[in-house]
Amino acid sequence: MRTIEALELELDVAPPAEAHRDAARRLLGLAEEVLEAWVDARGETSTAEEREGFRLLALHHQGARGAASFNACRETCREIAYHYNLLTLDAAGDAGQQLKMMGLLVRHLALFVGGKMQVEGLGEFCCASKPLRAESATMAEGMTPD
Amino acid sequence: MTDSAADKKAKYQRVAYYPGCALEGTGHAYNTSTKAVGKKLGLELDEVENWNCCGAMEVKNVDPKVQTYLSSRVMAIAANQMHAATVMAPCNGCYHNLKKAEYDLANDAGSREVVERIARKAGDEPYRAGSLETIHALDWIKHGVGEDELRKRVTKSLAGLKVANYYGCMYTRPRHIFPEKDKGAGTESTSKPHFMDDLLAAAGAVNVDFPLKTACCGGAHTLSDSDISTKLVLNILQAAEAAGAEVIATECPTCHSGLEMHQMRAEKVLGKKTKVVMLYFTQLLGLALGIAPRALGVHENASLALERMREKALA
Repeated sequence: MRTIEALELELDVAPPAEAHRDAARRLLGLAEEVLEAWVDARGETSTAEEREGFRLLALHHQGARGAASFNACRETCREIAYHYNLLTLDAAGDAGQQLKMMGLLVRHLALFVGGKMQVEGLGEFCCASKPLRAESATMAEGMTPD
Repeated sequence: MTDSAADKKAKYQRVAYYPGCALEGTGHAYNTSTKAVGKKLGLELDEVENWNCCGAMEVKNVDPKVQTYLSSRVMAIAANQMHAATVMAPCNGCYHNLKKAEYDLANDAGSREVVERIARKAGDEPYRAGSLETIHALDWIKHGVGEDELRKRVTKSLAGLKVANYYGCMYTRPRHIFPEKDKGAGTESTSKPHFMDDLLAAAGAVNVDFPLKTACCGGAHTLSDSDISTKLVLNILQAAEAAGAEVIATECPTCHSGLEMHQMRAEKVLGKKTKVVMLYFTQLLGLALGIAPRALGVHENASLALERMREKALA
Protein backbone atom coordinates (compact mmCIF):
# COMPACT_ATOMS: atom_id res chain seq x y z
CA MET A 1 0.00 0.00 0.00
CA ARG A 2 1.34 3.43 -0.93
CA THR A 3 1.56 6.25 1.58
CA ILE A 4 -0.50 9.43 1.29
CA GLU A 5 2.73 11.29 0.49
CA ALA A 6 3.41 8.94 -2.44
CA LEU A 7 -0.14 9.43 -3.67
CA GLU A 8 0.18 13.21 -3.38
CA LEU A 9 3.41 13.05 -5.38
CA GLU A 10 1.65 11.13 -8.13
CA LEU A 11 -1.02 13.81 -8.23
CA ASP A 12 1.68 16.49 -8.48
CA VAL A 13 3.32 15.09 -11.61
CA ALA A 14 1.86 15.67 -15.04
CA PRO A 15 -0.62 12.91 -15.81
CA PRO A 16 0.26 10.41 -18.51
CA ALA A 17 -1.32 10.85 -21.93
CA GLU A 18 -4.41 8.72 -21.65
CA ALA A 19 -8.05 8.68 -22.63
CA HIS A 20 -10.39 10.58 -20.32
CA ARG A 21 -12.08 7.35 -19.24
CA ASP A 22 -8.74 5.78 -18.32
CA ALA A 23 -7.69 8.90 -16.49
CA ALA A 24 -10.96 8.89 -14.53
CA ARG A 25 -10.40 5.24 -13.56
CA ARG A 26 -6.83 6.04 -12.47
CA LEU A 27 -7.98 8.99 -10.35
CA LEU A 28 -10.78 6.97 -8.76
CA GLY A 29 -8.22 4.27 -7.91
CA LEU A 30 -5.97 6.91 -6.31
CA ALA A 31 -8.89 8.20 -4.23
CA GLU A 32 -9.63 4.67 -3.05
CA GLU A 33 -5.97 4.23 -2.10
CA VAL A 34 -6.15 7.42 -0.01
CA LEU A 35 -9.08 6.04 1.97
CA GLU A 36 -7.45 2.61 2.24
CA ALA A 37 -4.49 4.32 3.92
CA TRP A 38 -6.86 5.97 6.43
CA VAL A 39 -8.70 2.72 7.18
CA ASP A 40 -5.40 0.85 7.49
CA ALA A 41 -4.06 3.47 9.90
CA ARG A 42 -7.10 2.76 12.09
CA GLY A 43 -6.12 -0.92 12.21
CA GLU A 44 -8.96 -2.12 10.03
CA THR A 45 -9.12 -4.07 6.78
CA SER A 46 -10.38 -2.01 3.87
CA THR A 47 -13.79 -3.05 2.66
CA ALA A 48 -14.22 -4.52 -0.80
CA GLU A 49 -17.91 -3.66 -0.80
CA GLU A 50 -19.55 -0.89 -2.76
CA ARG A 51 -22.16 1.75 -1.90
CA GLU A 52 -24.19 3.29 -4.67
CA GLY A 53 -21.91 1.47 -7.11
CA PHE A 54 -18.68 2.89 -5.69
CA ARG A 55 -16.11 1.24 -3.44
CA LEU A 56 -14.90 4.78 -2.69
CA LEU A 57 -18.19 5.59 -0.96
CA ALA A 58 -18.10 2.31 0.98
CA LEU A 59 -14.55 3.11 2.10
CA HIS A 60 -15.64 6.57 3.20
CA HIS A 61 -18.52 5.06 5.15
CA GLN A 62 -16.10 2.65 6.80
CA GLY A 63 -13.58 5.41 7.54
CA ALA A 64 -16.18 7.69 9.11
CA ARG A 65 -17.45 5.05 11.52
CA GLY A 66 -16.70 6.44 14.99
CA ALA A 67 -15.00 9.52 13.50
CA ALA A 68 -17.72 12.11 12.88
CA SER A 69 -15.27 14.71 11.63
CA PHE A 70 -14.28 12.39 8.79
CA ASN A 71 -17.58 13.37 7.22
CA ALA A 72 -15.88 16.64 6.31
CA CYS A 73 -14.67 14.75 3.20
CA ARG A 74 -17.99 13.06 2.45
CA GLU A 75 -19.07 15.48 -0.26
CA THR A 76 -15.57 15.44 -1.75
CA CYS A 77 -15.91 11.65 -2.19
CA ARG A 78 -19.37 12.06 -3.69
CA GLU A 79 -18.10 14.71 -6.10
CA ILE A 80 -15.27 12.39 -7.17
CA ALA A 81 -17.86 9.68 -7.90
CA TYR A 82 -20.00 12.23 -9.78
CA HIS A 83 -17.06 13.37 -11.92
CA TYR A 84 -16.12 9.75 -12.58
CA ASN A 85 -19.65 9.20 -13.89
CA LEU A 86 -19.47 12.30 -16.06
CA LEU A 87 -16.22 11.13 -17.61
CA THR A 88 -17.05 7.47 -18.08
CA LEU A 89 -20.64 7.88 -19.22
CA ASP A 90 -19.69 10.46 -21.85
CA ALA A 91 -21.89 13.13 -20.28
CA ALA A 92 -22.19 16.50 -21.95
CA GLY A 93 -19.60 19.11 -21.11
CA ASP A 94 -15.91 19.74 -21.40
CA ALA A 95 -14.25 16.42 -20.51
CA GLY A 96 -10.85 18.09 -20.11
CA GLN A 97 -12.31 20.48 -17.54
CA GLN A 98 -14.14 17.66 -15.75
CA LEU A 99 -10.91 15.68 -15.57
CA LYS A 100 -8.98 18.65 -14.20
CA MET A 101 -11.63 19.15 -11.54
CA MET A 102 -11.63 15.45 -10.66
CA GLY A 103 -7.86 15.67 -10.16
CA LEU A 104 -8.30 18.64 -7.81
CA LEU A 105 -10.98 16.76 -5.89
CA VAL A 106 -8.74 13.72 -5.44
CA ARG A 107 -5.93 16.03 -4.36
CA HIS A 108 -8.25 17.62 -1.79
CA LEU A 109 -9.14 14.20 -0.44
CA ALA A 110 -5.45 13.27 -0.18
CA LEU A 111 -4.63 16.56 1.56
CA PHE A 112 -7.52 16.25 4.00
CA VAL A 113 -6.85 12.61 4.88
CA GLY A 114 -3.09 13.17 5.00
CA GLY A 115 -3.67 16.18 7.24
CA LYS A 116 -6.05 14.24 9.43
CA MET A 117 -3.45 11.55 9.93
CA GLN A 118 -1.06 14.23 11.20
CA VAL A 119 -3.53 16.42 13.10
CA GLU A 120 -6.40 14.43 14.52
CA GLY A 121 -8.54 17.49 14.98
CA LEU A 122 -8.65 18.45 11.30
CA GLY A 123 -12.28 18.84 10.35
CA GLU A 124 -13.25 18.65 14.01
CA PHE A 125 -14.30 22.29 14.33
CA CYS A 126 -16.99 21.62 11.81
CA CYS A 127 -18.39 18.26 12.64
CA ALA A 128 -17.49 17.18 16.13
CA SER A 129 -20.19 16.22 18.50
CA LYS A 130 -17.67 14.89 20.94
CA PRO A 131 -14.38 16.12 22.36
CA LEU A 132 -11.17 15.83 20.43
CA ARG A 133 -9.46 13.44 22.73
CA ALA A 134 -10.69 10.71 25.00
CA GLU A 135 -8.76 12.30 27.87
CA SER A 136 -10.69 15.50 27.33
CA ALA A 137 -13.92 13.62 27.77
CA THR A 138 -12.75 12.25 31.09
CA MET A 139 -11.49 15.65 32.14
CA ALA A 140 -14.77 17.22 31.09
CA GLU A 141 -16.70 15.14 33.60
CA GLY A 142 -14.57 16.57 36.36
CA MET A 143 -14.84 20.10 35.07
CA THR A 144 -18.58 20.48 34.87
CA PRO A 145 -19.56 22.72 37.79
CA ASP A 146 -21.45 21.41 40.77
CA MET B 1 -45.02 22.53 12.47
CA THR B 2 -42.89 24.38 9.94
CA ASP B 3 -43.54 28.00 9.03
CA SER B 4 -44.96 28.85 5.62
CA ALA B 5 -42.91 31.11 3.33
CA ALA B 6 -45.13 34.06 4.28
CA ASP B 7 -44.76 33.32 8.00
CA LYS B 8 -41.01 33.14 7.64
CA LYS B 9 -40.89 36.36 5.68
CA ALA B 10 -42.84 38.16 8.38
CA LYS B 11 -40.84 36.55 11.17
CA TYR B 12 -37.46 37.47 9.70
CA GLN B 13 -38.21 41.18 9.24
CA ARG B 14 -36.86 41.77 12.72
CA VAL B 15 -34.55 39.26 14.38
CA ALA B 16 -32.15 39.10 17.29
CA TYR B 17 -28.60 39.46 16.01
CA TYR B 18 -25.68 37.47 17.38
CA PRO B 19 -22.55 38.71 15.59
CA GLY B 20 -20.11 36.59 17.61
CA CYS B 21 -16.48 37.40 18.39
CA ALA B 22 -15.06 37.07 14.87
CA LEU B 23 -17.30 39.80 13.52
CA GLU B 24 -15.74 42.22 15.98
CA GLY B 25 -12.27 41.25 14.77
CA THR B 26 -11.14 39.64 11.53
CA GLY B 27 -14.71 39.52 10.23
CA HIS B 28 -15.41 43.23 10.85
CA ALA B 29 -16.30 43.78 7.21
CA TYR B 30 -18.84 40.95 7.38
CA ASN B 31 -20.51 42.67 10.32
CA THR B 32 -20.53 46.03 8.53
CA SER B 33 -21.85 44.61 5.28
CA THR B 34 -24.49 42.42 6.95
CA LYS B 35 -25.90 45.45 8.78
CA ALA B 36 -25.70 47.67 5.68
CA VAL B 37 -27.48 45.13 3.46
CA GLY B 38 -30.14 44.46 6.08
CA LYS B 39 -30.82 48.17 6.43
CA LYS B 40 -31.03 48.64 2.68
CA LEU B 41 -33.50 45.76 2.40
CA GLY B 42 -35.60 46.96 5.30
CA LEU B 43 -34.68 44.10 7.62
CA GLU B 44 -34.06 44.94 11.25
CA LEU B 45 -31.52 43.58 13.69
CA ASP B 46 -31.59 43.79 17.48
CA GLU B 47 -28.16 42.85 18.76
CA VAL B 48 -28.29 40.33 21.59
CA GLU B 49 -27.53 42.23 24.78
CA ASN B 50 -24.42 41.25 26.70
CA TRP B 51 -23.71 38.32 24.42
CA ASN B 52 -20.79 35.99 25.04
CA CYS B 53 -18.57 33.70 23.00
CA CYS B 54 -20.43 30.65 21.64
CA GLY B 55 -17.66 28.43 22.97
CA ALA B 56 -16.16 28.09 19.50
CA MET B 57 -13.83 25.13 19.36
CA GLU B 58 -11.71 25.89 22.38
CA VAL B 59 -14.32 25.36 25.09
CA LYS B 60 -15.87 22.42 23.25
CA ASN B 61 -12.57 20.59 23.39
CA VAL B 62 -12.24 21.08 27.11
CA ASP B 63 -15.86 20.48 28.10
CA PRO B 64 -18.53 20.20 25.43
CA LYS B 65 -21.36 20.72 27.91
CA VAL B 66 -19.91 24.03 29.07
CA GLN B 67 -19.80 25.01 25.40
CA THR B 68 -23.47 24.05 25.17
CA TYR B 69 -24.15 26.35 28.10
CA LEU B 70 -22.26 29.27 26.53
CA SER B 71 -24.24 28.95 23.29
CA SER B 72 -27.49 28.44 25.16
CA ARG B 73 -26.86 31.57 27.23
CA VAL B 74 -26.93 33.65 24.05
CA MET B 75 -30.19 31.95 23.08
CA ALA B 76 -31.60 32.43 26.58
CA ILE B 77 -30.98 36.19 26.42
CA ALA B 78 -32.61 36.39 23.00
CA ALA B 79 -35.61 34.27 23.98
CA ASN B 80 -36.15 35.10 27.64
CA GLN B 81 -35.04 38.72 27.90
CA MET B 82 -35.53 40.08 24.38
CA HIS B 83 -38.56 37.86 23.67
CA ALA B 84 -37.24 37.23 20.17
CA ALA B 85 -38.57 34.37 18.07
CA THR B 86 -35.46 34.16 15.90
CA VAL B 87 -31.75 34.74 16.38
CA MET B 88 -29.52 35.25 13.36
CA ALA B 89 -25.84 34.29 13.48
CA PRO B 90 -23.81 35.14 10.34
CA CYS B 91 -20.72 33.18 11.45
CA ASN B 92 -20.77 29.48 10.59
CA GLY B 93 -19.06 28.60 13.87
CA CYS B 94 -21.63 30.47 15.98
CA TYR B 95 -24.52 29.24 13.84
CA HIS B 96 -23.29 25.66 14.14
CA ASN B 97 -22.77 25.89 17.89
CA LEU B 98 -26.18 27.42 18.58
CA LYS B 99 -27.85 24.75 16.45
CA LYS B 100 -25.86 22.06 18.23
CA ALA B 101 -26.84 23.46 21.63
CA GLU B 102 -30.49 23.43 20.54
CA TYR B 103 -30.16 19.81 19.48
CA ASP B 104 -28.32 18.74 22.64
CA LEU B 105 -30.80 20.46 24.93
CA ALA B 106 -33.71 18.84 23.13
CA ASN B 107 -32.18 15.37 23.12
CA ASP B 108 -29.68 15.00 25.95
CA ALA B 109 -30.74 15.09 29.58
CA GLY B 110 -27.10 15.43 30.66
CA SER B 111 -26.72 18.65 28.68
CA ARG B 112 -29.94 20.05 30.12
CA GLU B 113 -28.81 19.24 33.62
CA VAL B 114 -25.42 20.95 33.19
CA VAL B 115 -26.94 24.01 31.51
CA GLU B 116 -29.51 24.38 34.27
CA ARG B 117 -26.87 24.02 36.96
CA ILE B 118 -24.58 26.66 35.46
CA ALA B 119 -27.45 29.02 34.71
CA ARG B 120 -28.67 28.68 38.29
CA LYS B 121 -25.20 29.54 39.57
CA ALA B 122 -25.06 32.54 37.26
CA GLY B 123 -28.54 33.65 38.32
CA ASP B 124 -29.89 33.33 34.77
CA GLU B 125 -32.98 31.66 33.47
CA PRO B 126 -31.79 28.66 31.41
CA TYR B 127 -32.63 28.29 27.76
CA ARG B 128 -35.44 25.84 27.01
CA ALA B 129 -35.15 23.93 23.74
CA GLY B 130 -37.71 25.02 21.18
CA SER B 131 -38.03 28.62 22.46
CA LEU B 132 -36.09 30.17 19.61
CA GLU B 133 -35.16 29.54 16.01
CA THR B 134 -31.51 29.96 15.05
CA ILE B 135 -30.87 31.02 11.47
CA HIS B 136 -27.90 31.99 9.34
CA ALA B 137 -27.56 35.30 7.48
CA LEU B 138 -28.29 33.35 4.30
CA ASP B 139 -31.67 32.18 5.68
CA TRP B 140 -32.41 35.72 6.83
CA ILE B 141 -32.06 37.28 3.39
CA LYS B 142 -33.30 34.27 1.40
CA HIS B 143 -36.55 33.98 3.39
CA GLY B 144 -36.88 37.52 4.73
CA VAL B 145 -36.52 39.10 1.30
CA GLY B 146 -36.27 36.41 -1.37
CA GLU B 147 -34.81 36.43 -4.84
CA ASP B 148 -37.72 38.15 -6.58
CA GLU B 149 -37.68 41.16 -4.27
CA LEU B 150 -33.89 41.24 -4.29
CA ARG B 151 -33.84 41.25 -8.09
CA LYS B 152 -36.11 44.32 -8.08
CA ARG B 153 -33.82 46.14 -5.64
CA VAL B 154 -30.61 45.62 -7.62
CA THR B 155 -29.28 48.88 -9.04
CA LYS B 156 -25.82 47.71 -10.10
CA SER B 157 -26.08 44.18 -11.39
CA LEU B 158 -23.20 41.78 -10.79
CA ALA B 159 -23.80 40.73 -14.39
CA GLY B 160 -20.97 38.67 -15.77
CA LEU B 161 -19.12 38.36 -12.48
CA LYS B 162 -18.09 34.74 -12.17
CA VAL B 163 -18.45 33.56 -8.59
CA ALA B 164 -17.57 30.34 -6.79
CA ASN B 165 -19.69 30.04 -3.66
CA TYR B 166 -17.79 28.61 -0.72
CA TYR B 167 -19.94 27.52 2.23
CA GLY B 168 -17.28 25.76 4.28
CA CYS B 169 -17.98 22.66 6.27
CA MET B 170 -19.87 23.94 9.33
CA TYR B 171 -22.89 25.36 7.57
CA THR B 172 -24.29 21.91 6.84
CA ARG B 173 -22.58 19.45 9.18
CA PRO B 174 -23.49 17.38 11.06
CA ARG B 175 -26.80 17.00 9.31
CA HIS B 176 -28.80 16.00 12.38
CA ILE B 177 -28.50 19.45 13.97
CA PHE B 178 -30.14 21.06 10.92
CA PRO B 179 -33.55 19.34 10.81
CA GLU B 180 -35.02 22.14 8.66
CA LYS B 181 -32.61 21.45 5.78
CA ASP B 182 -33.12 18.81 3.05
CA LYS B 183 -36.89 19.22 3.17
CA GLY B 184 -37.37 19.78 -0.55
CA ALA B 185 -38.17 22.91 -2.51
CA GLY B 186 -37.32 26.16 -0.77
CA THR B 187 -35.10 24.51 1.84
CA GLU B 188 -31.34 24.34 2.00
CA SER B 189 -29.44 21.22 0.93
CA THR B 190 -26.75 19.78 3.16
CA SER B 191 -24.95 18.02 0.33
CA LYS B 192 -25.16 20.82 -2.24
CA PRO B 193 -26.05 24.06 -0.45
CA HIS B 194 -27.43 26.72 -2.78
CA PHE B 195 -28.87 29.67 -0.81
CA MET B 196 -25.80 31.85 -1.51
CA ASP B 197 -25.87 30.78 -5.16
CA ASP B 198 -29.57 31.73 -5.35
CA LEU B 199 -29.09 35.18 -3.80
CA LEU B 200 -26.05 36.09 -5.87
CA ALA B 201 -27.71 34.85 -9.07
CA ALA B 202 -30.62 37.17 -8.26
CA ALA B 203 -28.06 39.98 -8.01
CA GLY B 204 -26.81 39.07 -11.50
CA ALA B 205 -23.72 36.98 -10.73
CA VAL B 206 -22.79 33.93 -12.76
CA ASN B 207 -22.28 31.05 -10.35
CA VAL B 208 -19.65 28.63 -11.56
CA ASP B 209 -19.92 24.91 -10.89
CA PHE B 210 -17.71 24.57 -7.84
CA PRO B 211 -17.50 21.05 -6.38
CA LEU B 212 -15.45 22.06 -3.34
CA LYS B 213 -18.12 24.39 -1.94
CA THR B 214 -18.36 22.47 1.34
CA ALA B 215 -14.82 21.10 1.46
CA CYS B 216 -12.61 21.42 4.52
CA CYS B 217 -10.21 24.38 4.50
CA GLY B 218 -8.28 23.27 7.54
CA GLY B 219 -10.94 24.35 10.03
CA ALA B 220 -9.55 25.43 13.33
CA HIS B 221 -6.01 25.19 12.01
CA THR B 222 -6.69 27.69 9.30
CA LEU B 223 -5.71 30.67 11.41
CA SER B 224 -2.52 29.07 12.61
CA ASP B 225 0.64 28.79 10.62
CA SER B 226 -0.22 25.40 9.25
CA ASP B 227 1.08 23.85 6.07
CA ILE B 228 -1.95 21.56 5.98
CA SER B 229 -4.32 24.50 5.91
CA THR B 230 -2.24 26.31 3.31
CA LYS B 231 -2.31 23.29 1.00
CA LEU B 232 -6.04 22.71 1.51
CA VAL B 233 -6.84 26.39 0.89
CA LEU B 234 -4.56 26.53 -2.15
CA ASN B 235 -6.40 23.56 -3.62
CA ILE B 236 -9.76 25.29 -3.03
CA LEU B 237 -8.46 28.48 -4.70
CA GLN B 238 -7.06 26.53 -7.64
CA ALA B 239 -10.32 24.62 -8.04
CA ALA B 240 -12.29 27.89 -8.02
CA GLU B 241 -9.97 29.30 -10.70
CA ALA B 242 -10.20 26.09 -12.72
CA ALA B 243 -13.98 26.48 -12.56
CA GLY B 244 -13.58 29.96 -14.05
CA ALA B 245 -14.28 32.02 -10.93
CA GLU B 246 -13.00 35.56 -10.47
CA VAL B 247 -14.41 35.79 -6.96
CA ILE B 248 -14.99 33.36 -4.13
CA ALA B 249 -18.08 34.38 -2.16
CA THR B 250 -17.95 33.50 1.52
CA GLU B 251 -20.48 33.42 4.34
CA CYS B 252 -18.24 32.76 7.34
CA PRO B 253 -15.51 34.95 8.86
CA THR B 254 -13.26 31.99 9.67
CA CYS B 255 -13.46 30.58 6.15
CA HIS B 256 -12.96 34.04 4.68
CA SER B 257 -9.90 34.86 6.80
CA GLY B 258 -8.47 31.41 6.17
CA LEU B 259 -8.81 31.72 2.42
CA GLU B 260 -7.27 35.19 2.38
CA MET B 261 -4.42 34.45 4.77
CA HIS B 262 -3.44 31.15 3.21
CA GLN B 263 -3.66 32.62 -0.28
CA MET B 264 -0.85 34.97 0.76
CA ARG B 265 1.01 32.20 2.55
CA ALA B 266 0.74 29.85 -0.44
CA GLU B 267 2.44 32.47 -2.58
CA LYS B 268 5.12 33.18 0.01
CA VAL B 269 5.87 29.64 1.19
CA LEU B 270 4.90 27.45 -1.75
CA GLY B 271 5.48 29.96 -4.55
CA LYS B 272 1.92 29.35 -5.82
CA LYS B 273 0.08 32.51 -6.82
CA THR B 274 -3.67 32.60 -7.33
CA LYS B 275 -5.64 35.59 -8.51
CA VAL B 276 -9.16 34.83 -7.33
CA VAL B 277 -10.35 37.30 -4.66
CA MET B 278 -12.59 36.75 -1.65
CA LEU B 279 -15.68 38.78 -0.79
CA TYR B 280 -18.41 38.14 1.73
CA PHE B 281 -21.72 37.45 0.02
CA THR B 282 -23.11 40.45 1.90
CA GLN B 283 -20.45 42.67 0.31
CA LEU B 284 -21.42 41.42 -3.15
CA LEU B 285 -25.12 41.90 -2.46
CA GLY B 286 -24.40 45.35 -1.05
CA LEU B 287 -22.52 46.39 -4.19
CA ALA B 288 -25.43 45.16 -6.30
CA LEU B 289 -27.80 47.18 -4.16
CA GLY B 290 -25.76 50.31 -4.80
CA ILE B 291 -24.11 50.59 -1.39
CA ALA B 292 -20.66 52.24 -1.44
CA PRO B 293 -17.76 49.76 -1.16
CA ARG B 294 -16.39 51.53 1.92
CA ALA B 295 -19.73 51.16 3.70
CA LEU B 296 -19.40 47.42 3.05
CA GLY B 297 -15.82 47.24 4.28
CA VAL B 298 -14.51 46.02 0.92
CA HIS B 299 -11.32 48.02 1.52
CA GLU B 300 -10.69 45.88 4.61
CA ASN B 301 -10.43 42.64 2.63
CA ALA B 302 -6.91 41.26 2.55
CA SER B 303 -7.22 39.94 -0.98
CA LEU B 304 -7.37 42.43 -3.85
CA ALA B 305 -11.16 42.52 -3.73
CA LEU B 306 -11.55 46.29 -4.09
CA GLU B 307 -9.26 46.40 -7.12
CA ARG B 308 -11.12 43.51 -8.74
CA MET B 309 -14.48 45.17 -8.13
CA ARG B 310 -13.14 48.41 -9.63
CA GLU B 311 -11.94 46.51 -12.69
CA LYS B 312 -15.45 45.14 -13.04
CA ALA B 313 -16.95 48.63 -12.57
CA LEU B 314 -18.72 47.43 -9.45
CA ALA B 315 -16.88 49.77 -7.09
